[in-house]
Amino acid sequence: MNLLDTVIQGVLLGGLYALYAAGLSLIFGVMRLVNLAHGDFIVLIAFILLALSTSLGISLPYALLIAMPFVFALGWGLQRLILNRALSGDMLVPLLVTFGLSIIIQNGLLEVFSADSRRLSLGAIEVASVQILGISMGVIPLITFATAVLAIAALSFLFYQTPLGRILRATSDLPDIVQLMGVDPRKVFAIAMGISFVVIALAAFFMGVRANFDPSAGPARLLYAFEAVVIGGLGSLWGTLAGGIILGIAQTVGGAINPEWQTLAGHVVFLIVILLRPSGLFARGNGS
Amino acid sequence: MSTVLETQGLEVFYGDFQALFGIDVSIDEGETVAIIGANGAGKSSFLNSLSGLASARSGTIILDGRQVGGTAPFDMVKLGLALVPEGRKLFPSLTVEENLQMGAHGSTVDRGWNLDAVYRLFPILRERRKQLAPTLSGGQQQMVAIGRALMANPRVLLCDEISLGLSPSIIRDVYSAMTEIRRRETTIVLVEQDLSAALKFADRVYCFMEGRITLEGTPDTLSKQDIQRAYFGA
Repeated sequence: MNLLDTVIQGVLLGGLYALYAAGLSLIFGVMRLVNLAHGDFIVLIAFILLALSTSLGISLPYALLIAMPFVFALGWGLQRLILNRALSGDMLVPLLVTFGLSIIIQNGLLEVFSADSRRLSLGAIEVASVQILGISMGVIPLITFATAVLAIAALSFLFYQTPLGRILRATSDLPDIVQLMGVDPRKVFAIAMGISFVVIALAAFFMGVRANFDPSAGPARLLYAFEAVVIGGLGSLWGTLAGGIILGIAQTVGGAINPEWQTLAGHVVFLIVILLRPSGLFARGNGS
Repeated sequence: MSTVLETQGLEVFYGDFQALFGIDVSIDEGETVAIIGANGAGKSSFLNSLSGLASARSGTIILDGRQVGGTAPFDMVKLGLALVPEGRKLFPSLTVEENLQMGAHGSTVDRGWNLDAVYRLFPILRERRKQLAPTLSGGQQQMVAIGRALMANPRVLLCDEISLGLSPSIIRDVYSAMTEIRRRETTIVLVEQDLSAALKFADRVYCFMEGRITLEGTPDTLSKQDIQRAYFGA
């Protein structure tokens, strides 16, 4: 095992996990909602991209661009019509509602697309690689990682440098008091969910290009996203990237030692982090 | 002077608990009205119902002749009612300036309150503008809370216990700023436990006890005995 090579492949894999996790982290940060259907939405949007690409005969990047506004609207509508109603009151209600959505999405996809595995195809670039410092790196994993960094940088900019970000942070702090400022938190939550869905679309694109997926692939994506968010620290966007990278490195190192240990190694690192630092490595308020 | 804010038969419940019983209040344009009373008298419930945070089960709230009862808090502030909540309730992850800017979202008219005007009123806040709100002293946090409400350019400023937990010298500073706000013809409704501050500052006083109005009048016409009786029921 070439350790440096293994670690770098893990870092690149961590970019994909950070994309899975960024939307989940955003939603948890703004409205304290744990979306159990998050992984299923990633898979749903991957199927939507596949259907758009094949039915319109366009390449996947164009399909992604075309889908973006509709995906934002899907997240916005989901929040306005369903999740906002579930948020008032018991914390258990949104968990049950999103769990129900997860089941509905999986069965709906099974009905429409069958249980067959699919993949999003980008052609020759999928297998292209470049040599950097003597280490071979796949072009798609590099693009995935760069996209994750850019997406998290864009979300950070939105959160900390724009008026919308100010409203999102204030709503996250005190959803009752923000109403006294003329802000309707239900509308803010809907915008946050729309933004989360745009990030989910990026995650769906790279998931579909890098691996096979089928209607039941969502829960595993949710698990990786959840682990990355918890390792990084709840509500911390850059912590989410770090969490994804730590998870990715744990998996590739574990897989290099024994291929059967790949997924297990990630779970073990996750358990160690929650045992030693339950609020995550870079949680907001840790001074990180 | 015309009536700007009026309540008729206002009743507020929290579950089965009735906090207000048929409250009738009338406040004129530019007037400063103090609501006094012991803990649990219903003062904060009254302000919360005016701001929309607590919904009235019955009765009416009339602002500028228009019935506004049942309006959501985010619309109430746009109608001109801004609340300085009890305990300040600043946004902890926002800086002083961001907290003030949040107040401007509720502004629909220009009555001259903007960042510069608030910084002129509370010069220390200009120096502290990049600091996170929780890092300020209690008095400075209260200034941010008042400034944030002013940024909505309110017609009526509702202030809930603005002297709570502050030292006498800071209370004097806060009330000196309130005098300046009043000079700019803003109508003020003030819930206050500091009786001497309330009587000194207000044009008119309502005393609440157990959710009911027990006394109303101008500070110079109310005797100490009247107030004690209305305050404690003795």
